Order: sequence, then C-alpha cells, then structure tokens
Amino acid sequence: MKWLNPFFWLDDIVTPRWRGVYTLFKKELLRFWRVAFQTVASPILTALLYLLIFSHVLESHVKVYDQVSYTAFLVPGLMMMSLLQNAFANSSSSLIQSKVMGNIVFLLLTPINTLSFFVAFLAASMIRGLLVGLSIYLVALCFVTVPTVYPGWILAFALLGSALLGTFGIIAGIWADKFDQMAAFQNFVIMPLTFLSGVFYSIHSLPPFWQAVSQLNPFFYMIDGFRYGFFGHGDVSPWLSLGVVASFLLALAWLCLKMLKSGYKLRS
Amino acid sequence: MAAAIEITGITKRFGEFEALRGIDLQIEQGEFFALLGPNGAGKSTLISLMAGLQQATTGHIRIMGHDVQRDYQRARHALGVVPQELVFDPFFNVREMLRFQAGYFGRGPENDPWIDEVIEGLGLTDKAHTNMRKLSGGMKRRALIAQALAHKPPVIVLDEPTAGVDVELRQMLWAFIQQLNQQGHTIILTTHYLEEAEALCQRVAMMKQGRIVALDTTRALLKNHATKQLSLRLAGALPTQLLSLVKQQQGDEVILGLSELTQVETILRVLREAKVEIQDMQLQEADLEDVFLNLVGNQQGAQG
Repeated sequence: MKWLNPFFWLDDIVTPRWRGVYTLFKKELLRFWRVAFQTVASPILTALLYLLIFSHVLESHVKVYDQVSYTAFLVPGLMMMSLLQNAFANSSSSLIQSKVMGNIVFLLLTPINTLSFFVAFLAASMIRGLLVGLSIYLVALCFVTVPTVYPGWILAFALLGSALLGTFGIIAGIWADKFDQMAAFQNFVIMPLTFLSGVFYSIHSLPPFWQAVSQLNPFFYMIDGFRYGFFGHGDVSPWLSLGVVASFLLALAWLCLKMLKSGYKLRS
Repeated sequence: MAAAIEITGITKRFGEFEALRGIDLQIEQGEFFALLGPNGAGKSTLISLMAGLQQATTGHIRIMGHDVQRDYQRARHALGVVPQELVFDPFFNVREMLRFQAGYFGRGPENDPWIDEVIEGLGLTDKAHTNMRKLSGGMKRRALIAQALAHKPPVIVLDEPTAGVDVELRQMLWAFIQQLNQQGHTIILTTHYLEEAEALCQRVAMMKQGRIVALDTTRALLKNHATKQLSLRLAGALPTQLLSLVKQQQGDEVILGLSELTQVETILRVLREAKVEIQDMQLQEADLEDVFLNLVGNQQGAQG
C-alpha cells in the first residue's frame, strides 16, 4: 500500500517544525486518494461525456477560432471546469464532513496555526484539481489534437484557478453548518458561475449584454486565460485575466485567513 | 514547578446566559483530579476553555505555565483532551489516525513506540488496522482516548470517558489511566459514576451553576460532608435519647445518622440499658454520592 502514498518518502525527512502542516496535508491528500474512484475517476468520466456529446452535436456547427476545431476548443474549458469544481469540492467536503461528524475537534485541539491549516487544506485541494484536469487532458489527447502554445500560461492559470477554488472551498466549509447548505452553495453559486463562464462557447458569440455580464464573472477569466495558453487566442488579454484571478485569490485568501484566525464557526 | 492547570477568575457568557461565574482552580502536576457536577454545571465549558475550543469572557487559564490563548501552541502541546462525544474520522484506520494525530503535534516516526504502547494499553492491538467506522462503540471510545494520548501530553483531560461503557472496559480503562498517573501524567476527569471518582481521585471539585461549590481532597470531603448511617431493626421502641439521631424510619427499621464512628458505642450502650433487643444491624459507610447530594442538591440527582 505504501506506493499508493505519493509522499511517503517525506515521512522520515520532515522536521518537527513542519511536521504539523505536512501531516494535515498528507491526511487531506489521502482522504480523497482513498476514494479516488469517486473523487478523481468520476469527474474525468463526466468531462469526457461532455466532450463526446458536445463535440458530436456541435463540431460541424460551431467555429470559435480559425484552425481550432470545436472539440479542441472544448478541451481546455472542460479541464478548467473540472479542475475548479474538484478543488472546491475537496476542501469544502472535507471540512463540512468533519464538522458534521464532529471529528474536527481533534484538529482544533492541536497547535497547528492558522496559516498551516490554510496551506494544508489548500495544497491538497489544488492537487486534486490539477490531477483531474491533467487526466482529462491526457485522455482527451486520444481523441483530439490540442496544441499547447504557451505552457507557462496554462500552468499559471491551473495553479491560480485551483488555489482560488480551494480557498473558496475552505470558506464554504467553515461557513456551512449542514450538508444541504453546502449543496446549495455548490448548485447556486459554483455551478452557474462555471457554466456561464465560457466553458462551452466563446463569449464573443453572446449578445453584448451577456458579454458584459460574463466579464463580471471571475470564472470567465480563469477559463479564458487557461485557454489562451493552449491556443494563443483569448477573448481578453491573458494579463487582464491574470490580474483579475490573482486579485480574487488574494482577497479570498485574506478573508479565509481572517475567518480561521477569528475562529469563526470553528471555535465558538 | 508550574501547576498542571491554573485557572484564574474565569467567566464565560453565552449572550445572557452565564455558563461560568468566576472559577479559580489550581491543579498540581501528578494529581488525579475529579470535576463533578450535574449536567449544565459548566464542566464541559470549562474543559473547552482549557483546550482553546472556546474563549473565556474574562480570566486566564494556564496549562503547565502556558496561557491557553497567548501561548496556545505550548499549552496545547501539554494537553490531551478526550471529548465526550464519540467522534471519529471515517476514512482511516486506528493506527493511521493516531499517527496523524501525533503528527499534528510535530511528532514523527520516533513517536511510533509510544503509539504502540497506547494501542496495547487500551486493548486496541487487534483493531489497529480496522477502519474507525467499523469499530464497535466500546472500541471507538478506546480509540478516542488513544487519540488524545497520541502526542504523549503531560496533562490529560477525560470528559466522561466511561459514559455508556461496560464494566470490563471501564476497569481496563481505569487501570491504564492509573498507570499513566503513576508515570507522572496529571489526570483530570469528569464522570457520572461517583464511585469512580471516589476510588481514583485524590482531589475533587464539585460544580453547580457555573461555580465551584466544594474543592477538597476526597477524604476530607467524605469526612466533613457525609454522614455514616447505622440501620437498626429493634425488638422494642427506640429509646428517647436516640430520637435526635433518626434520619429515617421505615416500619421496624430505623436509620440513624452518625457524624463519628465512636457514636456506635454510645448507641449500643443506650440500647443495652433500655433492654431493647437488636435483631439486625448494618453500618453504611458514607460515599461521595452523599456528599454530592448534600452539596449540589438532590433535586438534580447524582448526574456527574
């Protein structure tokens, strides 16, 4: 079983100072890895079904960029969508589950500080998001050619996007008291924001009003910037996307650390 | 040497409700200490404050000399808390959970022998690789205690560790906890079973409505607050000299309250002189339950 733990080699090296954050990170990582069928394989399958159906129906009808097939256009969108949703799901479901089960008390009794708590949950969420996104890419390559014009931009938006939604997940996990509140958060906030962000289309194909609305959606910038990395084309400049996404990340991380530090809903 | 636990002027309000109304308490290193009181007396709130799970409205708590708010990391290193509810993480087995718990406190593979000791001491050896979800209630309780001990804290707080636990497990748990106490760990416990507190604890604090109403050694509490009882079944009427001692009379059985054991001698002499034959006699030692009912009030019942 030890080979299943991708970080086992760190076990003997980590110093006591870093042991707390490392342990929490490792636990969060193993938590989703143990149920990888549900947490990794099933979102990959879902994304591939989207790819299959949308590309089959729309391939001959929609042309977004010259020299880019609709199926290829769809791949980065689906990758980013799954990456974001899974990064969110990881931290939020872990927290709400330990809150409802009550076992979060064992974490609250430890000397782990606010920043370590944040970093450990965040890092595990990012890894799940990135893992799902990367897997979708690798499987999609079997069916369609997807260029990677600017790998640096791809990596930057993958990291920022997973960090943003991982942080969002921690906030939601702290805030929600019940599973149905979390489900509402996921269905009424995360899902609409992802679906209306240009996963399946370029916002240039929308009427001007909806184009303007889309530009208020932070998810649009993550997907557009990410897609720019693949095709060298985007609806807006990647630098603008980078600025928007990084600002959102900083704001949410600040809010999240403030919540953790005050003990909001966790130590009250 | 710093006290294991030092509580000064602690109050805790929840809106209008005053859960703790000025607690001062010092527990020395190596003590085996009981915190008793009816439900709602504030015991669990006090434990939450020690553990940093909640913040006090006023006052300070120090664990081994470290303030639980300002120096929370050192304070938490020194403290192991066994929560009242049977909480567990359904993703991992017992040994993994204990390793994680120790890891949160900065302890790595060098701590494994201690984890083995805890697993063995609590009779969890057969279940070390069983998922927490699949453990029975009693086994979950043991795992819960093991989790609090995983980082080898000098001060251990057990919040009703034997609630709903069968006799065999209870005895095994106490043997293990006593062993830890002998090794120098300070033990603080709350329990519903007063006979446990009486048998195990050197000192007792009794709480009522957010205040400590009694704080003394178990022996002194028994001596000062409990009366021994002499129950008699007599062939004739009770001599008038003894009427002042009567606590209860049921049919031909009379129960006399004694403040000292030497009174038995006097009672027997009076009966002999009055030529009243004793058909049956029973001396009942005082116990902590009497003290508890005496101090905390019997309308609440003997709920720890």
